[in-house]
Amino acid sequence: MSQSDTPKFWQTHRIVLAMFGAAIVVLCVLFLRWDWLPKYLPLIGEGIWRTLWLLAVTSVLGFLLAIPLGLAQAAGPWYLAGPARVFCTVIRGTPLLLQLWLLYYGLGSLFPQFPAIRQSELWPYLRQAWPYAVFALTISFAGYEGEVMRGAFKGVAGGQLEAARAMGMPRLTILRRIWLPLAIQRALPTLGGETVLQLKATPLVATITVVDIYAVASRVRQDTFIVYEPLLLLAVVYMVITGLIVLAFRWFENRVPSRVA
Amino acid sequence: MMETLLDAFPTLALLAWEPPGWGANLMRGLGNSLQIALGAYALGLLIGTFGAFGKLHGGPVTRDLLAIYTTVVRAVPELVLILILYFAVTDLVNQGMVAMGYARVQVSGVAAGIAVLGVVQGAYSVEVIRGAIMAVPAGQLEAAKAMGMPPLKTAWRITLPLMLSNAIPGLANLWLIATKDTALLAIVGFAELTLQTRQAASSTKAFLTFFLAAGILYLLVTLLSGVIFGRIEKWARRGQRNHGAGQ
Repeated sequence: MSQSDTPKFWQTHRIVLAMFGAAIVVLCVLFLRWDWLPKYLPLIGEGIWRTLWLLAVTSVLGFLLAIPLGLAQAAGPWYLAGPARVFCTVIRGTPLLLQLWLLYYGLGSLFPQFPAIRQSELWPYLRQAWPYAVFALTISFAGYEGEVMRGAFKGVAGGQLEAARAMGMPRLTILRRIWLPLAIQRALPTLGGETVLQLKATPLVATITVVDIYAVASRVRQDTFIVYEPLLLLAVVYMVITGLIVLAFRWFENRVPSRVA
Repeated sequence: MMETLLDAFPTLALLAWEPPGWGANLMRGLGNSLQIALGAYALGLLIGTFGAFGKLHGGPVTRDLLAIYTTVVRAVPELVLILILYFAVTDLVNQGMVAMGYARVQVSGVAAGIAVLGVVQGAYSVEVIRGAIMAVPAGQLEAAKAMGMPPLKTAWRITLPLMLSNAIPGLANLWLIATKDTALLAIVGFAELTLQTRQAASSTKAFLTFFLAAGILYLLVTLLSGVIFGRIEKWARRGQRNHGAGQ
């Protein structure tokens, strides 16, 4: 962006910088210990898969939850808008790590006290860690994105809704055909950023024994006493995933027409 | 009132200040959290201000290096960065001490926490401040130049006051992120609020009570910060038109 007057990307200093970077990479490969890598490769694959899976599931569920949250705050009656606002404030006002531990340790220690829960069919799942991880990450995403959707719903031009009402469209149809698509379109640029933030929140689930890529790296560190190499690998993995998310959202944004003629 | 509450929820007594209760521990944790958040935020603002000016007015190498810094730091989870920087900073300090002939030292948790979170905060601050500076009307800067103001004076008298009102909402967000990111230092064993809470909770088994109490403390910090930043924004926007109600 800063180089808009000179479209050439490979200027002299950039070539030097790139060579410098390549030299660092080569030095890392040659002089750091990577002999643990083949042994842990299957585990690393599993970890990456679990991270991606957590990211995808919690982002989609969180976004679906964010739509009613945003709508309630933007246009709902006070008895819906109030709780939605309180929910968003509480979620955004406390650290995710604390929410995660509150759910896992707090609820996790509360549930076994109720025989009804222990005899229910959900119990085998409630004894595991991942439902708590999914739930915590989902409500976190919903809290942040709910705030974005509130602004997006409010920002839709009033004329569009008036026109739909003037055509005699029922309220639900207006929401489905006009209001929601326009709001999502407005929220789209921030959605990519929120997804990256959500990716960066996923390693916290390792603290409640969910084995994502971060937990795999920690295990390598504990098993082999190698400190930097697993962390560097971890950083690279997250950077690659972030890059893919950014590219995917850019592609998606280009497909959505931003201006209606 | 107090009695009935205690009868209904006996674990509330654990929040008392004196030693059978853990209230003092929690408040000490909160103090540590706020100390680190303030330090990291200040360091982040410092990095952010210089970084933003570097990105806007620096040479091509400075700009590219800053772009790499902000991109990498914003793409890697804070937790991973904290671990990398924490180990690296401790290692570097110790190697430096050994090289200079001193004994190895234990890097204090507060200093390491401030350094690590400050570097993370800096990357976000650069972008917030850069955006705010870019939103300063060019005519104002041209006017300053036409009056023969030297660049530093222009930065201090024109750019800084004008960009402040644009930057405050983003900076307020960053402060909230800083307070919440201190919780991540629990992972490296630093006794801030979240770790204190967890220790109290696991030794008394009253998980819900303690985690809810800590949540309320964090929430109070957030809400109070919101009020304070609202005031600051109002002050930064003094004399401006068409910016009603802190929007």
